[in-house]
Amino acid sequence: MLLPIATMVTEIPISWYLGLGLVMFCLGGVGVVVRRNPVVVFMCIELMLNAVNLTFLTFAAYGIYPGLNKATAYQSAMNGQMMVIFVMAVAAAEVAVGLGIIMAIFRLRNDVDVDDMSSLKN
Amino acid sequence: MNYTIPTVDWSLVLPFALVALTGIVALIIETAHPKRDNGLIIGVSLTGLAATFVLLLTQLVLPPARTFGNMVLRDQFSVLLQLICVAATAVCFMFSDGYLREKKIAFGEFYPLTLWALSGAMVMVSTDNLLMLFVGLEILSIALYCLAGMSRSEARSEESALKYFLLGAFASAFLLYGIAFLFGASGSMSLPDIQKAVTGLTRDTLPMPVFGVMLVLVGLGFKASLVPFHQWTPDVYQGAPTNVTAFMAAVSKVAAFGALARVLVAAAPLHQYWFEALYWIAIATMCIGNLVALVQKDVKRALGYSSIAHAGYLLVALLAYTRDPDKVSLGTTVFYLIGYAAMTVGAFAVVSLAAKGDRDGSRYQDLHGLYRRAPFATVMLVLFLSSLIGIPPTVGFFGKQLIFLDALRTGLVPLAIVLAVNSAVSAYYYLQIMVAAFVSEEGAARPVSRKPGAGMTIGVCVCAAGVIFASLLGGYVQETTRTAALQAKPVPGRVQNQMEVINR
Amino acid sequence: MQNEFIPLLLLMLVAAVICTAMVTLSWVLGPKKNTPYKASPYECGVQPAGNANERFPIKFYLVAILFVMFDIEVVFLWSWLTVFNSPLTGLDFKIFSFMEVLVYLSTWIVGYAYVVRVGAIDWDETTSLHPEKLGQTAQEAN
Repeated sequence: MLLPIATMVTEIPISWYLGLGLVMFCLGGVGVVVRRNPVVVFMCIELMLNAVNLTFLTFAAYGIYPGLNKATAYQSAMNGQMMVIFVMAVAAAEVAVGLGIIMAIFRLRNDVDVDDMSSLKN
Repeated sequence: MNYTIPTVDWSLVLPFALVALTGIVALIIETAHPKRDNGLIIGVSLTGLAATFVLLLTQLVLPPARTFGNMVLRDQFSVLLQLICVAATAVCFMFSDGYLREKKIAFGEFYPLTLWALSGAMVMVSTDNLLMLFVGLEILSIALYCLAGMSRSEARSEESALKYFLLGAFASAFLLYGIAFLFGASGSMSLPDIQKAVTGLTRDTLPMPVFGVMLVLVGLGFKASLVPFHQWTPDVYQGAPTNVTAFMAAVSKVAAFGALARVLVAAAPLHQYWFEALYWIAIATMCIGNLVALVQKDVKRALGYSSIAHAGYLLVALLAYTRDPDKVSLGTTVFYLIGYAAMTVGAFAVVSLAAKGDRDGSRYQDLHGLYRRAPFATVMLVLFLSSLIGIPPTVGFFGKQLIFLDALRTGLVPLAIVLAVNSAVSAYYYLQIMVAAFVSEEGAARPVSRKPGAGMTIGVCVCAAGVIFASLLGGYVQETTRTAALQAKPVPGRVQNQMEVINR
Repeated sequence: MQNEFIPLLLLMLVAAVICTAMVTLSWVLGPKKNTPYKASPYECGVQPAGNANERFPIKFYLVAILFVMFDIEVVFLWSWLTVFNSPLTGLDFKIFSFMEVLVYLSTWIVGYAYVVRVGAIDWDETTSLHPEKLGQTAQEAN
């Protein structure tokens, strides 16, 4: 059932990697909720995305999927690694757009505290 | 092991490739002649959209197919949803020019960005691979973040863009984390494989896919604006330029529900874990959407809450389908999406007439006197709003009736009752909007100045035709999606097997 | 195996104790005479001028944004090249994938042409960005 693909990595139990990923994800999530500067909020979101990447790579390296033969397991590993590349690319695109939006707000009001943004109301 | 060229059926990717290419051509035109008249860009964009529409119509009769290593899927469900998206975008383009001129938004980039967002939405509905779904969702979302902030001199627009961006990125992180766990549980990104894998799980391995499905539903629930994740919707609908709001309301919702349908079908073996949650989410979405809309003073904001309520109705249709795919079909969802796209784009098109100078006039009193200035558009607004309420000859009525019957047929009686009560409640704020358009402009804060142009008239007519005649398509859509649903049908008895596995 | 690390831990402990002692004792025992000269950031350098919280010109952000985009482009090229270089791939696959990458890169070229055209990477003060697109009216810009 266990198909270790990279044996060096797999000496450490999988739960450590997943736990680290979960902790990073939660830290990022808490950061998004409590921080007020949009740039910092966005950094927290990036932290969450990195937690996701770590989780993908962990699953790709450990390959614990039941009922897969060896060839399919390699394909799955590739799937996970491919996803990480896409997540990175998308994160970069989000950075570009996000910084652009923050810049645009700066030009308009010289201040980007998310708590002050409440002009959208009834 | 040797790498071989995969055999690719290009016709499957041609629709969204064509849309993306049209966007690139439009950008090249804009680059060559910035600040010129946008007539050429609009012409090229509409031609591209028309070609895509015809292409999709020819594909409607073809049997379901996959290509690119099963990453792209074409079945009747995906083609129908793509048709809705393309048509809605075309209507948005028709009324955009006059609106953008009035508001002095000097962005020819609106057209290419919208086309790329559309291609993202089309990718999203025509795949059952989570990687593609994610990429499509991000293409759609990132373009929409830019579009929401398109009115650079308006603080409201920028603010809505920032809110949309931060919450959207937050939600996509949840979606991704969910995908990671589904991948961990099955070793695949493909939804049919995931469905197969989660069927044979034991009590020890079950938490992982359940956790994954929950997170994916959070991410998609945000896009579809279901209730605990709906906070962004009214703000963004109000702040974004009205033509962008129309696009967002129609296309983004179609794409989100297309993806949601496929994910829920793949997650059918885990039915018992998510069904109860979505059941209450549907009730909350319908009630909160309509009740909060009652106290709004801004038309776009009220329509934003109305779109939340409609997301609730659509969720009822999906829940009925996943509960018993033999008795009801996905056609109800598709049919309701057709009607919803037509009436909501039409309503926003008419509301965009209230913009004057660099401001969006979207409070109720800004609509005063609309009847004098634009009698035809106002009559059409009445048509769209009565369809949103669900008054009989319109598509809104037939859509709600189908959902209501589906819910009854599958034993979801409480949902059916909540839906009916909510439809009655919603009449109040839709009537308020109607009345505002007919009040005379004397004493109004700011009279409506703009007369509707030809594009606006044509666009509104298209939507009106959709609202009136789409009901004729009801039977056809039900029949067509029945063949498509073969792809998506959860194997009956799966849930029971699952129970046995767990009890063991 | 655990025993191998004990000397290392001891070393770290001793180092920590000595460092703490040195810093704490000099702080407790030493005389404190604060002069403005001592408090300045550079005791033997340039006079600091202005506030540290000064804002960067927005140009830096614009270039940073574009850098991020054109930087991440390589991610896909790199993973493609790994496969392309492999002796296992046949010529037909190489031609096919090369064509796909050409399509991919051509979209970047269109984007680059657009960026140059709207003047996003113009380092000159008199920017060629259209003032309307920055959300200003023409009068404000003049």
